[in-house]
Amino acid sequence: MEKLTISPSPHVHSGDSVRRNMLGVCLALVPALVAALWFFGVDALVVILTSIAACVGFEYLIQKFILKVQPTITDGSAIVTGLILAFNLPSNLPLWIVVLGALFAIGVCKLTFGGLGQNIVNPAIGGRVFLLMSFPAQMTSWPKPSVVDAYTGATPLGLLKEGVKSGKSVSEIIDLPSTSDLLLGFCGGSLGEVMALCLIAGFIVMLIMKVITWHIPVAVIGSMFLFEGIFYLANPDRFADPVFTILTGGALLGAIFMATDYVTSPMTPLGMIIYGCGIGILTVLIRNFGAYPEGMSFAILLMNLVTPVINRYCKPKRFGEVVK
Amino acid sequence: MKTFRIGGIHPHDEKLSAGSSIKVLPIPKEVKVPVSQHIGAPATPIVKVGDVVKTGQLIAQATGFVSANIHSPVSGTVKKIEDFVDGNGYRKPAIIITVQGDEWAEGIDTTTAIRREITLEPAEIIKKVQEMGIVGMGGATFPAHVKLSVPPGKKCEALIINGVECEPYLTSDHRLMLEKGQEVMIGVKILMKALGVGKAYIGIENNKKDAIENLQRLSTNFEGIEVVPLKLKYPQGGEKQLIDACIRRQVPSGKLPIDVGAVVQNVGTVYAIYEAVQKNKPLIERIVCVTGKPLREPSNFLVRIGTPVKELLDATGGLPETAAKVIGGGPMMGRAMVHTDVPVVKGTSGITVMDEKDAKRQPMQNCIRCAKCVSVCPMGLEPYLLSKLSMLNRLEDLRAENVMDCIECGSCSFTCPSSRPLLDYIRLGKGRVGAQLRAEAAAKKAAAEAEKAKAEAEKKETANA
Repeated sequence: MEKLTISPSPHVHSGDSVRRNMLGVCLALVPALVAALWFFGVDALVVILTSIAACVGFEYLIQKFILKVQPTITDGSAIVTGLILAFNLPSNLPLWIVVLGALFAIGVCKLTFGGLGQNIVNPAIGGRVFLLMSFPAQMTSWPKPSVVDAYTGATPLGLLKEGVKSGKSVSEIIDLPSTSDLLLGFCGGSLGEVMALCLIAGFIVMLIMKVITWHIPVAVIGSMFLFEGIFYLANPDRFADPVFTILTGGALLGAIFMATDYVTSPMTPLGMIIYGCGIGILTVLIRNFGAYPEGMSFAILLMNLVTPVINRYCKPKRFGEVVK
Repeated sequence: MKTFRIGGIHPHDEKLSAGSSIKVLPIPKEVKVPVSQHIGAPATPIVKVGDVVKTGQLIAQATGFVSANIHSPVSGTVKKIEDFVDGNGYRKPAIIITVQGDEWAEGIDTTTAIRREITLEPAEIIKKVQEMGIVGMGGATFPAHVKLSVPPGKKCEALIINGVECEPYLTSDHRLMLEKGQEVMIGVKILMKALGVGKAYIGIENNKKDAIENLQRLSTNFEGIEVVPLKLKYPQGGEKQLIDACIRRQVPSGKLPIDVGAVVQNVGTVYAIYEAVQKNKPLIERIVCVTGKPLREPSNFLVRIGTPVKELLDATGGLPETAAKVIGGGPMMGRAMVHTDVPVVKGTSGITVMDEKDAKRQPMQNCIRCAKCVSVCPMGLEPYLLSKLSMLNRLEDLRAENVMDCIECGSCSFTCPSSRPLLDYIRLGKGRVGAQLRAEAAAKKAAAEAEKAKAEAEKKETANA
């Protein structure tokens, strides 16, 4: 009798893989990566390579020697974590701090919970928030990108916060960059957050490759725009205009690349929209009334924790529930 | 273009045999006719070893309403009535007949002449369909007369004919609509008469443009029949999905198509009904698509029921060395066969052969919660959650999450980037919940009967007192 393979249906597969999705994210980050290198030069490259190497290295070492399981570094998720963590750091950050951030991201946020798919918070954001709280000085001294030479300065949101605190109205804060400067990246900030156009290009790449859906980024940016818009209309002297809001402080980086992390975001379209709006509203609240000038990381971190609850209550539209 | 509204996937359609016209396969030397080729009670054999039978003669009688008659597909002598190992590895009783010539039973019109005039009355049509052993030929093999007998209090408003053939590779329905269009249209008319309905839709996916054109052209001569071209999307051939696509009504959880006024029949079934009603011909042969990349000549055959699958494969140039999996049906919902010495049955719509590379599954990885399974599920379920709950054997939660709504289309497993066998686990949970539900129903029935008996006993007592 012939030897036949037996398995239950389906007998075909789409060919999609974890690696393909992770490579999709990496590909989508390339425009922002190129911009980072253009603006911040070799410093940026060193931070990015250190972060990736540290994330992949820690994942390998911890899985191999502490957890004693087959290392999963080939799925590409550690590379994505390293890349996104680096995008959230200033390019002049001492490298040992970068390594420490990678250790926290991979070792604590990811592997403690069981590795890829099991973590509760986004590892890269966990790593960034850990560094922000542990090394506030180093984490908030930003080189202002300049193609010729970089000098240290505050971020647009930092300038805004300081200005408003000292009693100036928004229009009096003269150093604030214009919308076109923000789109093209002529402002201070983390590696990957400065050039808005590159991040939007990355969003389009991921949509075309079907790595993510539009729901979360649109909900985050839309809710930020609307919520900040209300504040702005009520008191334009005290609050920034909504266009400025969505182009600064890693709003796009967060909305497109970090809030959309599969593992820590909800599973249904409705859930994704609630989650996205939660991030948008929290970010605006933290920025306008909190101690920190920016709130994206904190907002995503908080909403990551709410995701299981959202999943519990936001069920997909079942077949047959629609009117007959 | 119309399509169903929730979920769905786009597998490569790989219709290798779409251009190959239906070939009549020679009658084999021996046929094996299982007595259970349908959903419901197995038929009871009414012949003995040594009996001489004619083609089309009744050899096994339906046992009850949800069951189907079985006729001899050949003429010859009954050699044995014994168990054989079917494609799934189960032992099943079958009637084995040694073929001698091809002598047909009386009263069957074996000519190819097309008979258009429908003389039978609705009740007679349904009786004829039952008598001729017609079952759903898309693969579900549900006895056709059951679906045609609309329960009292319910009304059929639309007849929907399934010409979707959304399974990749398979082309038997496609060829049928192309080569037997006239017969199919008359068959639809017969069903419309039987159901007393004035409107019928034939849903065909748009990768079969020639079939759509053919039936559209013919439909000008058949009042009330509308050909509906559908956007290519799997699992459009699912009964509930097809109703949604054609008339935008969704059958609620736990209900039947008739609850939204629809009756669905496959085009293959419609053709069989045409032959039964107009030609008095029982269901003894069917079109089988034999296909797959390793095969030299993927083809569509008209074969007698009971013909070994092996002979079909030989007719396409034999099973090549590289073949690693033989599937009864298509690659999405078909079943991998244990061996090929199994007979073609009423529900065999196709045989798909896969090579080594396609036959193997990728190793499973952690769920990354990407939600792709949720977005493709055509029933609006959460496959990642159902499979997890099945693993944990949490039956109550599975019920609450509507596990019984799963139509086992396999879209979730197909799409999973982590190659998780989602449907395998969901099936497991579905089986357990199903058993639980049946046990509950049985207990309820027993309790009701006990109650009734008690009441009667009491009544007797009071009467005696």
